[in-house]
Amino acid sequence: MALFEAKNLSKRFGDRVVLEDISLSFEQGTLSGIMGPNGAGKSTCFNVLTGHFPPDRGRVTLDGEDITGLSPRKIAQKGVARSFQIMSLFDELTVLENVLFAVPEMRRSGMNPLKSVAGDTVSIDKALEIVEQVGLSSHIDARSINLSYGQRRALEIAVALAAEPRILFLDEPTQGMGAEGRDRLLELVLTLKRRFTIVMIEHDMDFLFRLADKVSVIHWGQVIAQGTPDELRSDPWVRRSKLGGPGDA
Amino acid sequence: MSLYTPLIAHGPGAKARGQAWITKPMLVTLALLASFPLWAEHVGLYQYLGIEVAIWMVYALGYNLLLGYTGLPAFGQGAFFGVGAYAYGLCYQHVTQNPLVCLPCSVLAASAAAALVGCLVAHRRGIYFALLTIACGQVFWFLAMKVTSVTGGEDGMLNLHRPPLLKDNITLFYFVVAVLAVTLVLLWRLVHSPFGKALQAIRMNETRARFVGYDVWLTKWAVVTLSGAFAGLSGGLMAASQESAYPDVMSVHSSGFIVMAVLIGGGTVSFWGPVWGALVFIVARDLLGALTETWLLWYGLLFMGVVLFQPEGIAGAYQHYKNKLAGRAKAAAPAIAPEAENGSV
Repeated sequence: MALFEAKNLSKRFGDRVVLEDISLSFEQGTLSGIMGPNGAGKSTCFNVLTGHFPPDRGRVTLDGEDITGLSPRKIAQKGVARSFQIMSLFDELTVLENVLFAVPEMRRSGMNPLKSVAGDTVSIDKALEIVEQVGLSSHIDARSINLSYGQRRALEIAVALAAEPRILFLDEPTQGMGAEGRDRLLELVLTLKRRFTIVMIEHDMDFLFRLADKVSVIHWGQVIAQGTPDELRSDPWVRRSKLGGPGDA
Repeated sequence: MSLYTPLIAHGPGAKARGQAWITKPMLVTLALLASFPLWAEHVGLYQYLGIEVAIWMVYALGYNLLLGYTGLPAFGQGAFFGVGAYAYGLCYQHVTQNPLVCLPCSVLAASAAAALVGCLVAHRRGIYFALLTIACGQVFWFLAMKVTSVTGGEDGMLNLHRPPLLKDNITLFYFVVAVLAVTLVLLWRLVHSPFGKALQAIRMNETRARFVGYDVWLTKWAVVTLSGAFAGLSGGLMAASQESAYPDVMSVHSSGFIVMAVLIGGGTVSFWGPVWGALVFIVARDLLGALTETWLLWYGLLFMGVVLFQPEGIAGAYQHYKNKLAGRAKAAAPAIAPEAENGSV
């Protein structure tokens, strides 16, 4: 059984159908990609999968447990973590604190008004380790608003990782990044691959095909093709829709 | 510059920041306050003024949990202040005249009222939050005016005599300062706890806080309730010191005073902002009020000046000044001076 499954998801906003009968499944330990042109419904799909919007129809299950329509908080607590396309960090906080906040031990003590954050060395050590994993150790005390674009992307991922996710959703991690930043990000995601179950929306086909085990193509709110990167390269649909060709970043 | 004290991972002693229960600025503040009765009359002030200043400090510190720390612009805080005052009066009239029983009643009643309001406002932020709190505040004010059999209507409750032990203004002042000391320690502790950090995380990015797994609604509800509890405590203290409780403190403009006081003090950038703000507000009220009946006009102009030219208030100006000094010191001796920015102030 797949770790995370979505069956027959539909979502409409007013009379605009954004997702129509989408079914996806993500296996434990794999890296799955979701691609498609702008406005195809990728981000909405992510938002429905991670609880930002409830679907109108359909079911989402995590390890067999129905999580359809649960709040983002509940879904997060069950081990679904996500990064955001539009970066969404705690700007005034340092790199360490951004990560620290997401560590489950810290969160669980969230309502304890008499405990000291500075004294919670277990959570701090955990956060330090994650910061190191994403290569931000030398910027640990920098406020996240002062980081470079690529570093903020890495921090986005670190925050998602800190939640000790069973499945990690990355929303367009390369967006707005130059070639160099993209290479660095590729390396980072490669180190995470296999250790985490990852689902990634990505515009950049080249980037995605180098990483993904399986890719689903979404267009007009539907899954129009699915397969390994090799299978998709020869898929007539994908070729015709000129997805992610050179220059289409 | 911000209210937030970062947790610094490296550097000597840095980890311990925020772990202390009692800090140097706390001791200095309390010592200065405690000396007030000795010099008040020599500079033309009077003993009772100190009581009001200290009460407003408690009120403002509690309010800043909402405004400064969580970024929630509450404009109906006076309701909880008033509920606290009336609860004190009701307890005094019907149960016991002992303030050590009446004050907890104030806290409980105001917390309950705030918890109720919290249920209505906790899912909102920004302008909607502000409007809802005004509306809720008005409901309480209206009740206080109309339910005359309980509150005494426009006249309020009179003759809530102080107990013999606190009859004297100076003794009562020290009692209030003791309450303030406890408030300072508790709130200092609170804002450096995971709960306090969660409040600030919500201010910075509510959506992310939710996706990281925090219960945003519950946290906001809790802070509305808690802040209401401190408003109730100060309302109770005010009823005790003025020996009366009246509805005016619950009106919209009274609720606005606490916002203005906290902003002028610099509550958005410093834990100590509300303390400065309460001091300036009450002293300005008395000094300006002695000169002219239209003191609010002048205070209003002062407020506009602060918002225009020094939006981070007194505490913000102080921090700028300190950072400038630190910058100069660093330029003079770059290798020696450790970073001192955003310390305990």
